[in-house]
Amino acid sequence: MTPSIWRAPDLSFRWWPVFLRNLLVWKKLAIPSLVGNIAEPLMWLVAFGYGMGALVGQVQVGADKVPYILFLASGSICMSAMNAASFEALYSAFSRMHVQKTWDGIMNAPISLDNVVMAEMMWAAFKAMFTVTAILCVMLALGISHSPKLLVAWPVLLGAGITFSCIALIFNALASGYDFFTYYFTLFLTPMMFLSGVFFPREQLPHAVRVASDWLPLTNAVEIVRPLFMDQWPAHPLRHALVLLVYTVAAFWVALALTRKRFQA
Amino acid sequence: MAAPLFEAQHLSKRYGDTTVVDGLSFAIAPGECLGVIGPNGAGKTTTIRMCLGLSVPDGGSIHALGLQMPRDALAIKARLGVVSQFDTLDPDFTCAENLLVYGRYFGMKDAAIRERIPRLLEFAALSHKADAKPGELSGGMRRRLSLARALVNDPSLLLLDEPTTGLDPQARHLMWERLQLLLQQGKSILLTTHFMDEAERLCSRLLVLDHGRKIAEGTPRELIAQHLEPDVVEAYGNGALALADDAALKALAARTEVSGETVFFYTQDARALLDALAARPRLRTLHRPANLEDLFLKLTGRQIREDG
Repeated sequence: MTPSIWRAPDLSFRWWPVFLRNLLVWKKLAIPSLVGNIAEPLMWLVAFGYGMGALVGQVQVGADKVPYILFLASGSICMSAMNAASFEALYSAFSRMHVQKTWDGIMNAPISLDNVVMAEMMWAAFKAMFTVTAILCVMLALGISHSPKLLVAWPVLLGAGITFSCIALIFNALASGYDFFTYYFTLFLTPMMFLSGVFFPREQLPHAVRVASDWLPLTNAVEIVRPLFMDQWPAHPLRHALVLLVYTVAAFWVALALTRKRFQA
Repeated sequence: MAAPLFEAQHLSKRYGDTTVVDGLSFAIAPGECLGVIGPNGAGKTTTIRMCLGLSVPDGGSIHALGLQMPRDALAIKARLGVVSQFDTLDPDFTCAENLLVYGRYFGMKDAAIRERIPRLLEFAALSHKADAKPGELSGGMRRRLSLARALVNDPSLLLLDEPTTGLDPQARHLMWERLQLLLQQGKSILLTTHFMDEAERLCSRLLVLDHGRKIAEGTPRELIAQHLEPDVVEAYGNGALALADDAALKALAARTEVSGETVFFYTQDARALLDALAARPRLRTLHRPANLEDLFLKLTGRQIREDG
């Protein structure tokens, strides 16, 4: 009698009031949260970009050579989108779902679980975009890139935020406690950070690893964003966007199915 | 009975090999307060979850407000108010913000909610706490805020899962007063509780559940008259337990029960029994009318349940 957890998502705009709820909480804590969100990525950028950059000098990207700080900035902003979305869709969503029972309260009103998951996904993506916007402003102020194509990078980073929110929500649905998320960060996000061409060109990787890394979501985000920082168009924008899209749709579906299973009990 | 506002028929729910709700049927008439009582694990919360469409029954049907659960779950919930067993208030919001945000979940416009907030806070006796967060409130205040939140959409039917568990007597009485006020306004209520005085005071009809099955149904007075002798004499103190084996005393009572150090005599007329007990001055006795608690213990037994 119980319908399959794999049935199609049943979505409507009822996710919007849940998004507004998260926005209202965040508005109360926005300034301290802003400092936390952008201070760490900027420290990495300054320390590595200027420190290592002085040793490394120029980096080969395709046919061009670019300063290391530009190479790093264009990769690390994708990493920031990934981290911001993942933190929100793991620790914060889990607090609302499991600890505070906020989701249970919402579902006593006419809002379905599908729309609650959708709201959490959009919210985590919004947080990622907010973080990314703040970092972009600092990068502009530091003069790392003044490419007008950064305007295109911005929605791409929002898209990457959505992808990583969906993936993180799978692990949120499986978690029994906060400790579980450590596995996700150390076994999944950290290796991806090193394999996706954020800190060094993927040409340095052994061939087999490099081929595998072609399919990592972070790699595909970096491959779109980096040329935009260099005021160029990506060579294969559709291919990379398609990979991200497939991850997003598949991950959302799995996350929704596992969350439904969790709430059926 | 008028056409029911809410009707569940032959509901059943299994988790693996365990049947937690077994062929349960009940109806709620408009303006009625139906109480559901039963020991822990009797299936009360599972029943409420099925009523809310949060859990899909393995058998049976639920009709409410002319709609069908779980197919029309959202449309039904738009007209329900729910107070769950554990508070789900937003700790980061003030009382007023909690009401505003919850009203939005029903698709209400901010202006319409803001207009209702002062009245809801007044109803919950929380007008002076509009800007306080739930963490700054007492347990009773938090429960009343949960009740006010459940009223934000002006529901026709309230589902209340143990609304006064953990409250002190003052807070409990204030909650009862508010619920009686809602009944006077014509709202209908489905209430689960462990407090027999609460059930007796508020409910026009009671459903006794055990092991997922309905074992009795009726008004509190009817149920007591139907299942119990009108008088109870409790005897405890030195030598009380020996009374249970005293044939002369037992003959004066319709039924005798022992629990712990106390002997319970259930009787149609306590006078002769009290006279006989008066001859034993070291005993302490309590003579009282039979109540819902006696009924509950008779129907569901005195043994402690696994999670009790």
